[in-house]
Amino acid sequence: MYIIVVGCGRVGYYLTKALLDEGHEVLVVEKNATVCEVISDEMGSICIHGDGCEAATLDEIGTGRADMLIAVTGDDEDNLVACQVAKHKFNVPRTIARIRNPANEIVFKKLGIDVTVSSTNVILEQIEEVVPTHPLTHLLTVRDKGLEIVEVKIPSDSTTIGKPIKELSLPKGSILALIFPKERKPRVPTASTILQAEDRVIAITPSESEEALRAALRGD
Amino acid sequence: MNIVIMGCGRVGAQLAELLEADGHSVTVLDTDAYSFRRLPTNFSGTALIGNGLDQEVLKKAGIEKADAFVAVTQGDNRNVMAAQIAKHIFNVPKVTCRIYDPLRQDLYQTLGLDGISPTTIFAHILKEKLES
Repeated sequence: MYIIVVGCGRVGYYLTKALLDEGHEVLVVEKNATVCEVISDEMGSICIHGDGCEAATLDEIGTGRADMLIAVTGDDEDNLVACQVAKHKFNVPRTIARIRNPANEIVFKKLGIDVTVSSTNVILEQIEEVVPTHPLTHLLTVRDKGLEIVEVKIPSDSTTIGKPIKELSLPKGSILALIFPKERKPRVPTASTILQAEDRVIAITPSESEEALRAALRGD
Repeated sequence: MNIVIMGCGRVGAQLAELLEADGHSVTVLDTDAYSFRRLPTNFSGTALIGNGLDQEVLKKAGIEKADAFVAVTQGDNRNVMAAQIAKHIFNVPKVTCRIYDPLRQDLYQTLGLDGISPTTIFAHILKEKLES
């Protein structure tokens, strides 16, 4: 794939390295000439000095044939514009923007950016995962379907322990996909599977039913 | 009209003064309180410190009841993003912004964002002046 990376700060640098390692054709656009020199010295002539939000620059580097543009500068507004120019002027099929302010996720989505990655949210999710008291962990968001894949821990005081799954009032559209019992091997739950204390349940749920699913699984 | 102006530079401050003189209710946003020195001493509108890209700040500035929004900070991208938030998230009826880069202004025009490029306008004025 031909991938354009806008912004070569720390995120852009490691992203570019990883993409090159995967065998992609990568071109980096960076405003700072000194950074460009460093990148070119290290990785070859894959860095263009210029403004990735400018149509003229993007034209020069053949954005028209790019499969993907990833904007990872430190400023949300610059990432938005780079993606919008790529998408609307050069018809790049896939545009990905890094965002700092999690609230911008909705804005970017509404403005047609395909994928946003919020470093703030990623860090929050990681913390959720390692804080054992947190009842529900986000594993993956399936954005185009409005679904979340989550993990729910069943604490030992849950009133659902000992009950078969068919007796739980799961919210509409939520599916239990896998159960990790504490000591045994993971298994695919059926209607008669009995919930045990300390089970970890992997489920697929519509984003808006997350809380209802957590409540149904723990019986509160 | 209720009007929110993002950016209190020379243009933003002068625009605020003109609009207020016409009887409009004006709120000016800027990230730097020092910029408000440009407002006239008898300015009776609201001057608010904050980043106009933040929806919470925009709400504080009364964007939900605004009839018009204009973004005139130094950054094209900031202006474009704020204008799009005003237009598409808060459904402000009249939205415009400054976009120095003519190519960018052109692109956003096709996307339905009514931006103004002072670069193009000024170049034309100069040309006329020189040729007259």
